[in-house]
Amino acid sequence: MVLLQISEPGKSPSPHLHRRAAGIDLGTTNSLVASIRSGTPEVLLDSDSQHLLPSVVYFGSISEVLVGQKAYLKSSVDPLNTLSSVKRFMGRGIKDIKKLGSQLPYDFLIPADGGMPKFKTSAGEISPVEASAEILKVLLSRAEESLGGILDGIVLTVPAYFDETQRQATKAAATLAGVKVLRLLNEPTAAAIAYGLDQDREGIIAVYDFGGGTFDVSILRLSSGVFQVLSTGGDSSLGGDDIDRAVAKWICERACLNDNLNPSLQRELLVAARQAKEVLTSSKYAEINVAGWIGSLEIEVFESLVAPLIEKTLVCCKRAVRDSGIKLTDITDIVMVGGSTKSQIVHKKVAETFNKKPLADIDPDRVVAIGAAIQADVLVGNKPEDDMLLLDVIPLSLGIETMGGLMEKIIYRNTTIPISKSQEFTTFKDGQTAMSIHVLQGERELISNCRSLARFELKKIPPLTAGSAKILVTFQVDADGLLSVSAKEMTSGIESFIEVKPSFGLKDQDIARMLQESYGNAKEDMLIRALREHQVDAGRLYEDLLVALKKDGRELLNNDEYNCLNLALVDLKDVCNDEDCRKISQQIEITSRASEEFASRRMNVSIKKALAGYNIDDLENEV
Amino acid sequence: MKNTEFSCDYFELFGLPISYEIDLVLLEKRYQELQFKFHPDRHMRSTPQEQHLAVQYVSLINQAYIELKSTLFRARYLLSLQEKSYLNDSYTLHDSKFLMEQIELRDELAEICQLTDPCVARGELNHRVEKRYEEIKNIFKNHFSQGNFELAAETLAKMQFLDKFLTELKQLDEELENLN
Repeated sequence: MVLLQISEPGKSPSPHLHRRAAGIDLGTTNSLVASIRSGTPEVLLDSDSQHLLPSVVYFGSISEVLVGQKAYLKSSVDPLNTLSSVKRFMGRGIKDIKKLGSQLPYDFLIPADGGMPKFKTSAGEISPVEASAEILKVLLSRAEESLGGILDGIVLTVPAYFDETQRQATKAAATLAGVKVLRLLNEPTAAAIAYGLDQDREGIIAVYDFGGGTFDVSILRLSSGVFQVLSTGGDSSLGGDDIDRAVAKWICERACLNDNLNPSLQRELLVAARQAKEVLTSSKYAEINVAGWIGSLEIEVFESLVAPLIEKTLVCCKRAVRDSGIKLTDITDIVMVGGSTKSQIVHKKVAETFNKKPLADIDPDRVVAIGAAIQADVLVGNKPEDDMLLLDVIPLSLGIETMGGLMEKIIYRNTTIPISKSQEFTTFKDGQTAMSIHVLQGERELISNCRSLARFELKKIPPLTAGSAKILVTFQVDADGLLSVSAKEMTSGIESFIEVKPSFGLKDQDIARMLQESYGNAKEDMLIRALREHQVDAGRLYEDLLVALKKDGRELLNNDEYNCLNLALVDLKDVCNDEDCRKISQQIEITSRASEEFASRRMNVSIKKALAGYNIDDLENEV
Repeated sequence: MKNTEFSCDYFELFGLPISYEIDLVLLEKRYQELQFKFHPDRHMRSTPQEQHLAVQYVSLINQAYIELKSTLFRARYLLSLQEKSYLNDSYTLHDSKFLMEQIELRDELAEICQLTDPCVARGELNHRVEKRYEEIKNIFKNHFSQGNFELAAETLAKMQFLDKFLTELKQLDEELENLN
């Protein structure tokens, strides 16, 4: 716990202390981790000097869990125990998954409560969240080795078009991997940071992010260090995987294979399709040899296979431009992100649509991780003088169910976050004492076409005639794009609050259980990690409080309060490097309590100052 | 937390005079300044309560920015600041000439939807309605600045009509794209 940092740009509030932070791009096909080293963002390599970690996890048995290339090699040999592209299953129910394709090479276990399906493997039932956590753990240990210690936090990227349930599931995976998430960052926004800061760009940037399993487009305005997202659009189940599948289907037809293939053959076909796609990024044709069929795929045929998929992305682009309120000609740069933009046809079509040559100076595979690393470095506090700020938006509208199965929007898509919005509703029956609130996300009018996020009941409404009770429903979306909803009956003051934990997400107790299981064998590590975290927290609180006291202490506190806080500070300094975790945490608690009132007074003074900053005289001078 | 400390009108928040005509460049500049000071990203090392406070405060800044930036929302917000209530959800327009014009616009839209290639006609209609909205907006500005709030409220209702029409045109665009 630390006091609110209210510092002027350019003035560091505390002595410089370098903290370890990383940016992680948890991709459908590949994942990466990057960090700032000696002032430059760098993608971190594994012991074989590879930067890409294939997002594949092999669950051979409880003691044999492989991640990355080693797991990828198992995919045709042992397909049911090798999970790939799990990102496409994050926060999804069985209905969504069926839409991904008629044939999926997995054994699913479908939970009775309609939650996220699990994969049946030799290591037990594995949820997509657990599989993602395994990938994260490998990247975290790569970063810790490389940076020389435990991380203070990460920025984890998500497709901009991910909805609430997908974001929650991603955050749960990080919790499970045992790391603090500083922020969930939208992938195209991360790419824009990497480009914007790298080249000091100003203007309007369109980011076209076509990855392994998702497509995003964001329109951003860059000016004096502010990255303001104007609009975003996309499709969270459209990516390179779909290109592979289209090619695999074509091979099937050519090789006269029927639809009912065994999982091994399915995997082989997909691998062959992907290889052909990769060859075609720099060649006119690709030789294919799979399942006893030998043939060649010409680039023209390939392009006709992917054209409908690219067309879908272009429709999203047009909508995003329209939503942003700018004209197509206002766009100064187009940034290409994601493995699927390596195909020449994608470049050609994007250039045609925007009437401009797209940029790909930074490797489209690495650019998201690099942007995330830059943001992580800022958020963790390594650059207090930094003049960079991101203003992001929610991708999909939020609302509640009203009469007749309709969705009433409360917060519209492309609203800058954080945002809070209230709307008044009333009862429709005489004497009605309870009201059920159904929270939804989506653009369509009928609730059956929207995603259901949560339901809760507001009870004990005073029995009044229909239409006279006033129920105020408030939606609060935080800077990660995550939602909480509260409802209040205005005449009685009865309140109800819910942190939206979508039914497709994991329940808190599940996460707690999984955490315990994974820590069982690593207890010692955990203790060391906890001790170090406490020491860092104590040191931080000490520094910040010291600076705050020097600056405002005499002004905002009376003598007694001032002395009391100073005393607490001395005690805190004594335990900063203690080996006893409990002792440190006790002293942090005492000091935080003692400083609460001081913190609150500082915040109020600061807000008043900000409000009083503009008087009419200034105004006339500036106008 | 003392949220009441935040209660000020949106114009005050951005240090702008209460008026329908505003300096959008200055609004933008003040918006960025406030964001730099209070955005949750700038307070990552604060206590949870303080971070919560920052989220609430920036939510207010974002909402205020939306309301002031839009010519329609700004008009409505200005009327809501008046002591007497001029805003009514079920406002009935009595200007039959204006209503006639709306009916004609809707007929025209229905005809456009029947065309095989509606793009050009749609674009022309959009342009015309946008121009009309500008005219009505200027009428609002005059009524409001002269303190004719009743008339301003009636003009606002007309602005809402046209705005809704423009939104529907946009939706038509989306539908067309999804079909292609």
